[in-house]
Amino acid sequence: MAQLESRIPPGPLADKWRRHKAEIRLVNPSNKRKYEVIVVGAGLAGASASASLAELGYAVSCFVFHDSPRRAHSIAAQGGINAAKNYQNDGDSVYRLFYDTVKGGDYRSREANVYRLAEVSAQIIDQCVAQGVPFAREYGGLLANRSFGGAQVSRTFYARGQTGQQLLLGAYSALSRAVGSGGVGLHTHSEMLDLVVVGGHAKGIVVRNLVTGEVTRHAADAVVLATGGYGNVFNLSTYARGSNATAIWRAYKRGACFANPCFTQIHPTCIPVTGDYQSKLTLMSESLRNDGRIWVPRNKEDRLKPPASITEGDRDYYLERIYPSYGNLCPRDVASRAAKRVCDEGRGVGESGLGVYLDFADAIGRLGEGGVRERYGNLFDIYHEITNENAYRVPMRIFPAVHYAMGGLWVDYNLMSNLPGLFVLGEANFSDHGANRLGASALMQGLADGYFILPYTIGGYLATLRPGSRPPADAPEFMQAADGVAAVTKRLLSVRGREPVSHFHKRLGQILWQHCGMARNRAGLEAALGEIPALREEFWANGLVPGTGDSLNQSLERAVRVADFLELGELLCRDALAREESCGCHFREEHQYPDGECMRDDENFAHVAAWEYAGEGSAPVRNAEPLSYETVKMSVRNYK
Amino acid sequence: MSTAKTFSVTLRVWRQAGPGREGRFVDYAARNVNPDMSFLEMLDVLNDELAARGDEPIAFAHDCREGICGTCSLTINGKPHGPNRGVASCQTYMRSFRDGDRIVVEPFRARPFPVIKDLVTDRSAFDAIQQAGGFITARTGSAPEANSAPVPKDVADLAMDAAQCIGCGACVAACKNSSAMLFVAAKVSHLGLLPQGQPERQSRVLAMVRTMDGLGFGGCTNQYECSAACPKLISHDFIARMNRDYAKAVFSSAFKPVAAGGGPD
Repeated sequence: MAQLESRIPPGPLADKWRRHKAEIRLVNPSNKRKYEVIVVGAGLAGASASASLAELGYAVSCFVFHDSPRRAHSIAAQGGINAAKNYQNDGDSVYRLFYDTVKGGDYRSREANVYRLAEVSAQIIDQCVAQGVPFAREYGGLLANRSFGGAQVSRTFYARGQTGQQLLLGAYSALSRAVGSGGVGLHTHSEMLDLVVVGGHAKGIVVRNLVTGEVTRHAADAVVLATGGYGNVFNLSTYARGSNATAIWRAYKRGACFANPCFTQIHPTCIPVTGDYQSKLTLMSESLRNDGRIWVPRNKEDRLKPPASITEGDRDYYLERIYPSYGNLCPRDVASRAAKRVCDEGRGVGESGLGVYLDFADAIGRLGEGGVRERYGNLFDIYHEITNENAYRVPMRIFPAVHYAMGGLWVDYNLMSNLPGLFVLGEANFSDHGANRLGASALMQGLADGYFILPYTIGGYLATLRPGSRPPADAPEFMQAADGVAAVTKRLLSVRGREPVSHFHKRLGQILWQHCGMARNRAGLEAALGEIPALREEFWANGLVPGTGDSLNQSLERAVRVADFLELGELLCRDALAREESCGCHFREEHQYPDGECMRDDENFAHVAAWEYAGEGSAPVRNAEPLSYETVKMSVRNYK
Repeated sequence: MSTAKTFSVTLRVWRQAGPGREGRFVDYAARNVNPDMSFLEMLDVLNDELAARGDEPIAFAHDCREGICGTCSLTINGKPHGPNRGVASCQTYMRSFRDGDRIVVEPFRARPFPVIKDLVTDRSAFDAIQQAGGFITARTGSAPEANSAPVPKDVADLAMDAAQCIGCGACVAACKNSSAMLFVAAKVSHLGLLPQGQPERQSRVLAMVRTMDGLGFGGCTNQYECSAACPKLISHDFIARMNRDYAKAVFSSAFKPVAAGGGPD
């Protein structure tokens, strides 16, 4: 069994981080340059960590599979970033942001981590403004805010509908500065394909250059994974096509525990699927729910009628009806399930019946078309490009889609995995969002981890190592890992079957969407646990990966990632099956209240499930880290 | 599912095995094209067909497929990012084409963007320009309270207009001189407009412009093809703003020392 020590500092909740920072061991400034730190990924978490560690004086190497660190998918986040600044004078505080996040996560996150996140949130805004992030402003020149789901205060900072882009470009500029001054060695087109563990500690990585095919070994004193989420296991999602789980999956197979893999967020407002050629789904920011009203026809006979011809009385604004106090701004899991329910009742709109209206007629009446354009113009443009419909005239059609992974590699309070020396940041870890993430919290967490948490906590680990004690990159563990990477590539290229990789990815996605999506039950999950291994076998027997391994080969890149998804998909279902309760995004049909809300089982499942790899062909071990709520009283979430 | 009527087009695609290798156009038939497909989805389907019949799939750069990451970079019928104004290649939908069309697909062509393979180019020159000075030095932890320096709304909005650049390089590909001035001007203007960007304003523009010139990008001759091809419709007015900043910085640096670079770390 893995050792899961959360290392939550003692003392009152509000003092833990302050005390911990004061007590963490420090590395002498002149010794810092003697420590090599590898950072994999350059999204919000990876870029901010790389820049901040380099500023401290560590020798940092940053690896990205993209052609430039500015491409990471943090760039696509639209709506905003939360911070407990209370600029609106509406009663916000660190405690309230903490409370909303814990409640939003349906009491399946760590209190101490979430409190710290809320605590550093305000500093993130300061840091980003200093870098030149052009946040929206009021006429007086001060920062503006908007509202987001799961909160009754207005605490979200934004840059039009491109907040992720602007925050990422801020972090990228800090990283670029560090690269320019020699503080960070940047490796682009470099995909991490294995983690190297020496003497039980993470000591390096094996990388394949995607342009030349060259496999290289890199040793370090600590390895930081900031490689994002694994939602593309579902094939269709709002993730970028390249987003993948390979880095964290290889770390899992080297001994890092994988926590709560079944906690995957399905976002309520995305553009519906149109055809089987589709490669991705596009999000329409949650911020639209500030002013848009969600509805379906009251009667299913009306579902194909032009929306304008359906009278007010024949419309069902179901979120406002069921959740009057939060209305259209209820949390994502709740809004998605409600959309699924009305579509299951046959009231969904559009040709497929898998859609609900997001209507701006009232907002246009109130603010004018110009007012709506100023707030959401680019989102309306995106909607128009994809659907060829003008949402200023007809309501948008939206449907839930896979958007984020709350689960990820298990980390302690220091963001270190159970494998010493391996740190995991941002969406790649599991720590802060429990069973459901609130909007505008992912950007907050990525930057909190990279700017303000890891730079402190990594020192505590490095101070225990003698400078220069890392093994050479030709140690046997490195050679063995590199040989393994080369063998997998060779094996994929040698199958030469009939079906392209996309075929297997689609089928895996269908299995997971059907059995491990918005609603899950025992029979479905058991079926999926039979189908996925069979699909995996078929992939290795009949997959078609053309080309060679010594140059740019995008089919091979995808095959490597899909091979890992085919393993991870099984773990998702296993975790969903073992968690005999409903919480947040994880809705087990067997466990619900009569009104269809989640029925948690705090007695048996108030814990983190951290899965431990047990070798090829053996069932992984489910470890549990109990969650104790000392400050917040666990209750049934109520947004009514 | 869409019931739209499908159609067929002929693609004339640039194939090039690797950097420095000789390339050529190859024709492919794309059948059963659905007007609701994106251009890249049409290529995905074609690539699966190519693989199934033993041909090598066409390499093309893409990632987010929602027009924000700046990875996709196709020149379609001679236009960077294709026929529609203000969108990236990935947001070009097949409804922009008709049955029987012949569509020419090329990489972004510019000397500083060498072809890696087929339609994929190396745009790392843009990163080099950013590393030379495309930042405000603000060490983590040293920032003042965010509302301590108000920024007038119109200034913040104008900075945001410039900051929207996705770093795709369409401006360079559209320019007969392969000039990167719109790209550089967007960053110089974004940071130079804000009060936080003032201390490094001169060193920034000098370092970025000199690096740009050193990497082989050409100069601007005011044809404005760049802003016409820009998927974010960034205005060429920013180039004038950059030229003004640059002239000022060159002039002042003749009288007082202005380091071209990030300054001491």
